[in-house]
Amino acid sequence: MSGSPLPLHVAVALDGAGWHPAAWREPGARPDQLFSARYWTDLVRTAERGLLDLVTIEDALGLQSGDHLAEPERRTDRLQGRLDAELIAAFVAPLTSRIGLVPTVTTTHTEPFHVASALATLDHDSRGRAGWRVQTSVRPDEAAHFGRRTIAGLRRDELDTPAAKALVAELFGEATDAIEVVRRLWDSWEDDAEIRDVTSGRFLDRAKLHHVDFVGEQFSVRGPSIVPRPPQGQPLVVSLGHGDEPYRLAARGGDVLFVTPHDAHEARGIVGRVREIEGETAREEPLRILADLVVLLADTDDEARERLERLDAIDPVSSDAAVLATTPSALADLLVSWQEAGLDGYRLRPAVLPTDLDRIVDGLVPELQRRGAFRTVYAEPTLRERFGLPRPVSRYATAGSPA
Amino acid sequence: MSDRKQIVLGAYFPGVNHDTVWSDPASGSHIDFASFEHWARTAERGKLDLLFLAEGLRIRTRGEDFFDQDVVGRPDTFTVLASLAAVTEHIGLAGTINSTFNEPYELARKFATLDVLSGGRAAWNVVTSSDAPTGENFRHGGYLGHHQRYERAGETLAAVRTLWDSWGSDAVVADPASGTFLRDGHVGDFALHGNQFDIAGRFTVPRSPQGHPVILQAGESPAGRDFAAANADAIFSRYQKFEEARAFFDDVKARVAKAGRNPDEVRILPSAGVVLGDTEAQARERHAEIHDRQVDPWTAIVLAEMVWNRDLSAYDPDGPLPDVDPTPEAPTWIRGRAPLTQDAHATAKAWREIADARGLSLRETVKHVFDRAVFVGTPEHVADEIDRYVQADACDGFILGSHVSPTGLDEIVEKVVPILADRGVFRTDYERGTLRENLGLASPARFGERRPSVVAS
Repeated sequence: MSGSPLPLHVAVALDGAGWHPAAWREPGARPDQLFSARYWTDLVRTAERGLLDLVTIEDALGLQSGDHLAEPERRTDRLQGRLDAELIAAFVAPLTSRIGLVPTVTTTHTEPFHVASALATLDHDSRGRAGWRVQTSVRPDEAAHFGRRTIAGLRRDELDTPAAKALVAELFGEATDAIEVVRRLWDSWEDDAEIRDVTSGRFLDRAKLHHVDFVGEQFSVRGPSIVPRPPQGQPLVVSLGHGDEPYRLAARGGDVLFVTPHDAHEARGIVGRVREIEGETAREEPLRILADLVVLLADTDDEARERLERLDAIDPVSSDAAVLATTPSALADLLVSWQEAGLDGYRLRPAVLPTDLDRIVDGLVPELQRRGAFRTVYAEPTLRERFGLPRPVSRYATAGSPA
Repeated sequence: MSDRKQIVLGAYFPGVNHDTVWSDPASGSHIDFASFEHWARTAERGKLDLLFLAEGLRIRTRGEDFFDQDVVGRPDTFTVLASLAAVTEHIGLAGTINSTFNEPYELARKFATLDVLSGGRAAWNVVTSSDAPTGENFRHGGYLGHHQRYERAGETLAAVRTLWDSWGSDAVVADPASGTFLRDGHVGDFALHGNQFDIAGRFTVPRSPQGHPVILQAGESPAGRDFAAANADAIFSRYQKFEEARAFFDDVKARVAKAGRNPDEVRILPSAGVVLGDTEAQARERHAEIHDRQVDPWTAIVLAEMVWNRDLSAYDPDGPLPDVDPTPEAPTWIRGRAPLTQDAHATAKAWREIADARGLSLRETVKHVFDRAVFVGTPEHVADEIDRYVQADACDGFILGSHVSPTGLDEIVEKVVPILADRGVFRTDYERGTLRENLGLASPARFGERRPSVVAS
């Protein structure tokens, strides 16, 4: 690919005080406001000011731990605690107008029926800006919070054992089922099911509501949804993946996949592998692939490095994604050059909030715009449209729409 | 402030029941957020105490068919309340959420988060599910018998309270200088071992402004009333006639005292539909017209089917009540709606007595039984009645609504509420406290703010 770059998708991942474990201690952080409506509203409004595609909001059914496979440590020097991400998104919905709102909702212990209702309602409340970041829960301590099933968990040094592989297959199989159920429920009301026909006294055309009749290993769901079809038809389904099993999950049920290459070469390899796996499924639209990057920005490279060193001296970062301490201009160059590996864009994880989000919006975004690589105005009203995805007709549609 | 009892007022959103007249030209969407926002802003303009959302976890069916004559569908309660929290400042946000098809860890997270986001305005109306087919939408499947449902509800509430208490109000230190984020390494610890739950671990949400969001309950059976009296901050009642309401009030407050609680710290709040007119005659005429549309001929049949539990479509709504007996033992004919009766034969007998005594047709009998409009009259008359009920201890206030969403509340707020405020029995402006404080409810400290580091589990 050559010439002027294609416009990039740029999402931002919001989590606590940022993605560096020492972020909450950084000057400019707001450690006393992390659990407030104001804090989250400010962050999402900032992201919207920067015309970013969407925000994801991290969540889990347990406290944060240094190793996300392990139960939380009993230490007191790290940020622990979180609010429910879906409700944060719902709160922010009426206070924003264009940015996509993508909370993390776990598939392992939750009820797919409630998940479908909540996200459909988020889509109604945000007028077509909702997405779902799908996530499994592998931690035994999270399973014990529900007491309904025992999960043995995974150890980082034993990921290749048959037991570990079986657990991963079970959890991702369940997540695949959860996405299928949720998508069916979103389709279970046809768009024009509500007729309000005063003459016949019928509020509803009952032929346009459908049981979803899903039967799976972990759950069965009859349907239909209690919530009418969401404005997008199908809110955006996104997930993060580091290997074939999660790539397969995304290929089967997702719209957008976040991946974690550490350089352009690796990015090319990952994109190739994802496309191969996609080829084994019956998809109409290719997955949109965004690379996750932890970013820490400053006016000069030296300053950026010093910031990172200062934070690492307090509590060193370790991340599945590449950590980049650099200037907005250099980051813009890197994002444009990695795009040639076949990436559709990026999900940036600000090292420190709100500092690095501000620098993405006020520094990186203008640099990308200058390179013709980022939008200068929000053009599309819904999140799906922003990713060039059509609004699908309900799979149950009886009227027969043109193919 | 007068020395008369201060009235508690809430608003319900007219939803999926037959008394919502969707065919009214003023009727708007029951799904779009703009409808909820209008309703909430109206209620807050009136300085009302709380907004109330009901629940449905299954589309109603009649036989094999989906209900199509009433409003169908509703948004997710938690999500709408969180969105409403952003566009309101003072009003309470009460959601009806099932204890049968939700797990304590998630319930505690959702309500604590809603309480944080709203600055201390969350309330939970705890209900149980009796509708077996609703289980077809959930992992649990099936459902629980009456006794188990209350056991589960009780254990759910106890578990949720334990989770809310697992973070002390001083748990988050967040001091960058000392590098101390949490007070100690046991913040959030909990362990519960009951018949319904065996759960342990650490909770994720810091203590919310109310500590414990307000608990609402609608106890009906003696067991239900005892459960509500022991656990609830406010109790809904379906008793709207003055004498019945007084009897319920006395009964429940006695049960509250027997449960070792201060009866003044529990509010009793019936729901009430309001129909206004410029004159009494005009209000009655308008009510008759609305009620005629609420219980149209087909709706009358369907409501009778709820009692008879069989297909009555062959009967003439303008003729007598069905000559056949109810068949409560048959498979449930109308599903997804709370049952109207625990004893179909007794209810059918009572309906027949009403019909015989008054010479009413099937439809007229149903209209007589299902008259949700408690207050019909001029704004002065309705204000008088609300005040009379409260001052005479028939209740502590009402959850008000109308037959039209979302604008039906407007005239109640514009015409009735100011009269109550003028009389000194309703606030003229919001206090600056949490919902729990504004309602004058018991502090959650009565459950103890457990500090995990000093409580063995």
